[in-house]
Amino acid sequence: MTLIAADEVAEQKGGGGKDPQPTKAIEGRAPLQLAWARLRKDKVSLACLGVIVLLVLVAIFANQLTDLIGHPPNEQYRDEGLQPNGLPVAPSSFFWLGGDEVGRDVLSRIIHGARVSLLVGVVATAFAVLIGVTIGTMAGYFGGVIDTFLSRTMDVFLSFPFLLFAISLVAVKGASLRISIFVIAFFIWANVGRIVRGQVLSIREKEYVEAARSLGASDLRIMVVDVIPNLVAPVIVYSTLLIPTAIVFEATLSFLGLGVPIPTPTWGNMIATSQSTYLQAPWYLLFPSLALFITTLAFNLLGDGLRDALDPRAARVLARK
Amino acid sequence: MGRFIVRRALFGLVVLTIISFAVFWLFFVFAPGDKAGNFCGKNCTPERLAQIRALYHLDEPWYSQYWLYVKRLVLHGDLGYSFTNQTPVRSIIFDRAPATASLALGAAVIWLSLGIPIGILAATKPRSLRDRAATIFALGGLSIPTFVLGLVMLYLFFYQLTIHGVAFFPGNGYAPLTENPWEWVKHLILPWFTLAIVSAASYSRITRGSLLEVLGEDYIRTARAKGLSERRVIYRHGLRSALTPVVTLLGIDVGTLLGGAIVTEQVFGLQGIGQTAVQAVINGDLPIIFGTVLFAAVFIVVANILVDIAYAMLDARVRLA
Repeated sequence: MTLIAADEVAEQKGGGGKDPQPTKAIEGRAPLQLAWARLRKDKVSLACLGVIVLLVLVAIFANQLTDLIGHPPNEQYRDEGLQPNGLPVAPSSFFWLGGDEVGRDVLSRIIHGARVSLLVGVVATAFAVLIGVTIGTMAGYFGGVIDTFLSRTMDVFLSFPFLLFAISLVAVKGASLRISIFVIAFFIWANVGRIVRGQVLSIREKEYVEAARSLGASDLRIMVVDVIPNLVAPVIVYSTLLIPTAIVFEATLSFLGLGVPIPTPTWGNMIATSQSTYLQAPWYLLFPSLALFITTLAFNLLGDGLRDALDPRAARVLARK
Repeated sequence: MGRFIVRRALFGLVVLTIISFAVFWLFFVFAPGDKAGNFCGKNCTPERLAQIRALYHLDEPWYSQYWLYVKRLVLHGDLGYSFTNQTPVRSIIFDRAPATASLALGAAVIWLSLGIPIGILAATKPRSLRDRAATIFALGGLSIPTFVLGLVMLYLFFYQLTIHGVAFFPGNGYAPLTENPWEWVKHLILPWFTLAIVSAASYSRITRGSLLEVLGEDYIRTARAKGLSERRVIYRHGLRSALTPVVTLLGIDVGTLLGGAIVTEQVFGLQGIGQTAVQAVINGDLPIIFGTVLFAAVFIVVANILVDIAYAMLDARVRLA
């Protein structure tokens, strides 16, 4: 709120033109612009943002990239891709990152695996955030019986033996991309809901909410116009941290043989199949693992940087000592 | 306090009922196809089909099936029989529980003794080199999926050591503590550290954040003003309340893991609850899946109750509602 006030003051000064000596025009900045300015100074976060943009591009242009390499992800090169004894070939000029157990190009499969990881990570997180923000806002805003009911519902979700239930669900419905996304969103939304509820509990006591209410705004309007915009910062930070969680979860499902079904390449199922030969062909374990690690690390570091940028209060706690 | 515990326990029962119903619904109502056929497994005979139909009252409506199942479970502690080897599910779970418990509790000791000191070191000198190092450790640990770390551990400490003549660590399996404590330790070291490194990351992060927050409070300033040594301020005054979130996380983590450390058990071939559950999912052995999900849920619910009680005792500010 203070930021918006400063904005208005700046406008008045600039617009009125009564200032006799305008040394330097005072710029009005929205909170997100301020955050972006802070983030721009954070080299680690910028590098991570770069890595993520690159990954997204790789995922979008996966087909073109593998055409460029000349090795489609599911093409088996029985002669060039396997050693005479049937083991995968090591990284070479033919397969830059080596081959897998049936002579496919590990690089091409990693490139296509990025699609699944990012798609599941982003879509599952988006669903989780959508449900979590809706339920959490309602619980925090209305309070009373509604809050008790919704909070208890979230408690029940958080008490589920998450992974076990997920694999049972997959076992019953059969593995697919859609069920992976559903399962992940279904089990992480309550985490978002709990955080959002906590935030809304304090937002709803703010003067501007009181003001909106005394102007006769409806509950829905207050929630959409006054409450939810103030959740943007924590939700952006939390989503950035949820995406790697969802990506690891998808990889874990794939690793257990319950994720996106083969032959679609995913980092998780590559790591799982590498288990049979990785003692002799460590690159086949190494490269998909690295892809997974770099992706999750980039999101985690960016989330950390975003938290500092969007919530300057955290920095103040640090500076106090 | 007594009333609080009773209320929490009652809610715990409600949660368990909901979870048991969800699992029931998943397998008996939601699952497509002939239930008896699904339950009968691969080598089905008409006699067994009839037996299963009678055992699960499959000819009756679903609500009376559920009622009969719960009645059998509550009155006789009977979870049914495995379809792959005709063993009672209860005795399978009790057989596998020691491996899981050894893994979870041992790992918890290690991650606490890694995570908390790292968190303290980071928090007592924020923005220093050691704080940065702790952050890198934490974000690295948060970003590496358990199964990737496990496989890397196996590759380095089992395979590389073995081919270099130091066959110290066994590659998989579990040796009971009661039979041979030394073998027990040897079989568990790699899984312990795998689980511990991944978890220690979040513990160091939480200890750091919470200690920093506490150290900024007025009573810490008072303690310092009183002339107490910095050591005493941090350990006696600061850490006590800073550790409450750690206790919460510990309770929930240990509770979850006791119900099956699925991924770690799978990677290291430990015959615990988690591996049993994954095997059951792959074999379609529904009574075992059912039993393990319920078993895991009990631990999570009990852990949640214990956490709330511990929370109330550790933190004088918590009011019991």
